[in-house]
Amino acid sequence: MQEWITMADSLKPTPLLEQHQQLKARMMGFGGWNMPVQYEGITVEHQSVRQKVGMFDISHMGKFLLESANLREKLQSLVPSDLSQLEPGQAKYSVFLNEQAGIIDDLIFYFEGHTESGTEKGKLIVNASTTAKDKAWLLEHIPAAEIGFEDVSDSFVLIAVQGPDAIATLQQLTPTGLQAIRNYRHQAGTILEQPAWFARTGYTGEDGFEVMVDPATGKKLWQTLLDAGVAPCGLGARDTLRLEAAMALYGQDINDTTTPYEAGLGWLINLDKGDFIGSKALRQQQDGPQRKLVGLQMQGRNIARHDYPVVVDDQEVGIVTSGTFSPTLGKAIALAYVPTPMAKAGTELQVLIRNKPQLATVVKKPFYRRPKS
Amino acid sequence: MSFDYPADLKYMDSHEYIRLEGDVATIGITAFAIDQLGDIVFIELPEVGDDLSQGDTMGNIESVKAVEDIYAPVNGTVLECNTDIADAPEQLAEDPYGQGWLLKIKVDEETALEQAMTAAEYQAKVEG
Repeated sequence: MQEWITMADSLKPTPLLEQHQQLKARMMGFGGWNMPVQYEGITVEHQSVRQKVGMFDISHMGKFLLESANLREKLQSLVPSDLSQLEPGQAKYSVFLNEQAGIIDDLIFYFEGHTESGTEKGKLIVNASTTAKDKAWLLEHIPAAEIGFEDVSDSFVLIAVQGPDAIATLQQLTPTGLQAIRNYRHQAGTILEQPAWFARTGYTGEDGFEVMVDPATGKKLWQTLLDAGVAPCGLGARDTLRLEAAMALYGQDINDTTTPYEAGLGWLINLDKGDFIGSKALRQQQDGPQRKLVGLQMQGRNIARHDYPVVVDDQEVGIVTSGTFSPTLGKAIALAYVPTPMAKAGTELQVLIRNKPQLATVVKKPFYRRPKS
Repeated sequence: MSFDYPADLKYMDSHEYIRLEGDVATIGITAFAIDQLGDIVFIELPEVGDDLSQGDTMGNIESVKAVEDIYAPVNGTVLECNTDIADAPEQLAEDPYGQGWLLKIKVDEETALEQAMTAAEYQAKVEG
């Protein structure tokens, strides 16, 4: 085996670095940040989230505070989703698109409502590696004079608490009624008697919250959750969890050459709301894209990884974007772009793994759906 | 975390170990390397009868995180493959130097093992 051990230097630490080091986490660079990949092991961390509750330091995520008159209307030109009907306390998953309808980033907009002076406020949470690009894009299209914009990416801790026991566990630490905050809703409150912001969103396919607090409270919250038996989980488990839930990873499954229609994100698009960047290109694609992002289940245990070719009769027809071994299914799974005629569930394809074609079957996404409680 | 480095083994810098008994070498992967790889899901090994040359890729080991080649640490012919561990790769971590052996190879006479490390040298390298 070669040297696969990555050294982390010149990377940004999150405020919880000491906590990760105390837990002897294995660290790696991700989006310019020094992040924990795993503590006890990817599979056990994965199972903790599926069966009980786990927590992730996601302080690396880009965090923007926005305020302006008619904020939603201004953002409408940058996203394909209709934000006009958002209520205060509601969140919306969407994307920034370029003129060709390629995805610049995926993001969540959290609408907070109106201030006393009549302006609208909201938060935008974006990917770590695209934070600078998103900031530039936003301010290129909405003049700085017209929007209050603050990049607080380095100023706050963001902890995702996920799993069937997540809400009961967090509720012990806050008077804010968490059960009343519905899915894809958010609310300011307190935790450990300090200001906190709770969002019922996540990237695992489980129920749970993402909690934003100041760094000092973040350290205390991490330790308190640890003492309460919450499993610390790294980016490794975050990847296997999101992949089972078939949630796209920016830079891997989606990028500025893939469109929402190709990526299975057509449900984000509202072409009736008026023009936005990318709408022209999307209108031309309404008949359906040439290729689609599908779920693959491998017949063998080999993992089809990012950039492995999808082949049929020795002809390359597509490309794998993400792959892992699914702890829940006990099978290797992957996401791959394949020609639309091959995107139907049940289609048999092959993935070239170290020059050997390995059998793969197109399956319905997601690979895992949490049982209804 | 501390790992075992049995003194009777030779170690390659690509993390294979060699237990030489007469002209038969038992090959496996070190506990340190297995820990680095994390949850192992797949091991691909050569077939019985395959001729191997030192340094050749002879198989691979796949974890959730990564896939790594396994290199032949000696010249020789494969006598036996541990099919039990190939069928249950997740158990490799439990006993890498015992039940977790991968191959037995009949070693050619001209195999040179000078570049193989002692336990102490290997430990110093990986933990240093």
